[in-house]
Amino acid sequence: MNAPASLPRRILAHGAYETTVMLRNGEQLVLAIILPLLALIGLSVTPLLDGFGDTRINVATPGVLALCAMSTAFTGQGIATGFDRRYGVLRFLSTTPLGKAGLIYGKAIAVVCVLAIQVIIISTVAAFMGWRPDPGGIPAAILLILLGAAAFTALGLLVAGTFRPEATLAVTNLLWILLAAAGGILIPASELPQGVQPYVEILPSSALGEGLRGALGNGSLDILPMITLVVWAAAASIAAIKWFKWS
Amino acid sequence: MPTSDPCLRIEGLIKDFGPVPAHDGKMVRVLNGVDFTAHQGAVTALLGANGAGKTTTLECAQGLQRPDGGLVHLLGRTPHNAGPALRSRVGIMLQDGGLPPGSKPLPLLRHIAKMYKSPRSVDELAERLGITRFADTGIRRLSGGQKQRLALATALIGNPEVLFLDEPSAGLDPQSRQVVFDLIAEERANGLGIILTTHLMEDAQRLADYVYIIDAGRTVAQGTVSELTSGPNKRESRDLVFDAPPGLIFELPEPLTIAENTPGRYTVTGIISPTQLAQLSAVWEATGVLPHSISMVPRSLEDVFLDLSGRTIS
Repeated sequence: MNAPASLPRRILAHGAYETTVMLRNGEQLVLAIILPLLALIGLSVTPLLDGFGDTRINVATPGVLALCAMSTAFTGQGIATGFDRRYGVLRFLSTTPLGKAGLIYGKAIAVVCVLAIQVIIISTVAAFMGWRPDPGGIPAAILLILLGAAAFTALGLLVAGTFRPEATLAVTNLLWILLAAAGGILIPASELPQGVQPYVEILPSSALGEGLRGALGNGSLDILPMITLVVWAAAASIAAIKWFKWS
Repeated sequence: MPTSDPCLRIEGLIKDFGPVPAHDGKMVRVLNGVDFTAHQGAVTALLGANGAGKTTTLECAQGLQRPDGGLVHLLGRTPHNAGPALRSRVGIMLQDGGLPPGSKPLPLLRHIAKMYKSPRSVDELAERLGITRFADTGIRRLSGGQKQRLALATALIGNPEVLFLDEPSAGLDPQSRQVVFDLIAEERANGLGIILTTHLMEDAQRLADYVYIIDAGRTVAQGTVSELTSGPNKRESRDLVFDAPPGLIFELPEPLTIAENTPGRYTVTGIISPTQLAQLSAVWEATGVLPHSISMVPRSLEDVFLDLSGRTIS
């Protein structure tokens, strides 16, 4: 009688598989590397962030790292999963012993792997451009990025599992642009009009951006952004598990 | 039929779809009492016209859809939302594959193999099914037949005890069809329980030990191919096909029936004795018809299907 491979083996195998799929996808790579680099350069040559910290690059880099987490976990994985559903790939995978846990954690591993590559590349380029993060804030920053990845992956899977693939494409891209521009991710929420500030501050984009700017800028460990991200991750996971349609 | 416990047992399966806007927003009953049993070491075919409910029946059997009534037991368990343990014992080849378009055949097969504790050899299976020849072509660029062979490989890679094949020869050229049929025969000899759907009578006649025919969501006939194609009183019945001027009406004595399936070509069913042949020739004499050609052909599953449902299967 045949048996499935153990769950950790299936998760690792699927994580490695999803990672190669993500890295082989050209458009995905543009989204993952080129766009954040453009944002980094754009924010350090324009006076947009003047007045928020000591140097432009020190304020810009944490925001761009937050942008990476959002694009890979939310837009990238959302669109990929939406089309997996359309092409019957999720259905096909559901006929194998992979299982739901294998699929979800495998995708999460892929997001973390791609995110790690992004963080290394962006941080290196930023360091050459003069970025000097506070070393004491790095562990908190890593935790924030992982929480952000969890929240945005769950949100991406929620959209992909409930909308048509074309709608997923539109919704995730539109939200990405809106949140990147006015979601408190690159530009602090305090820069926005008074009336919208309280709403922007509870968004996961703002929580991740503010949290990273605080941790990497002056080593401050602010608990509020972490709680915000945990709440978003939990709510989106529950909703995704409840409403996700596999075919 | 083997007397062992069936690997798949379906009784009185009911499945509703909907609500369907075209039916005033009501539910539509697509399966209304399907019975089906399959054993290890045998090929069991599910035959039916498009829309008869073949794929829905298969999906309920595989656990991809939740039945609305009746009983489904796959390897002694309820397959709906089956976990990895049951999945590892069952190989499924879906009709539209669902193979990830961004992957390549050999890496995908290696990946799926990792889901099992003791999978088959990837290289051997890929060689056998001719996948090595397109191992590095992107899946989105494969032909229908190539995808079909890859889908079969992913279904077999885990050494399953039960194998589901939905329209296995669709899109295959004659050579690959032979390869696939040989493999099916071999797996059957190895003791696999094989369940396939097809609308090709030829496939069912060549492959199946036992056949279930469904129509409008119900099982309407079952038996071995020879049981199904023999006449009402279990003697070998034959069809007589003759060519004559088109549009003629013949009145034949019971139990003979006649149909002009293509203009000028008439098929008489139900002939089991020389007496009935003489009766037919008496009808020709009475109507003054001399057929251009006459031949006796064994009844095919196609004829059986036509009798049962009043229409052709494909």
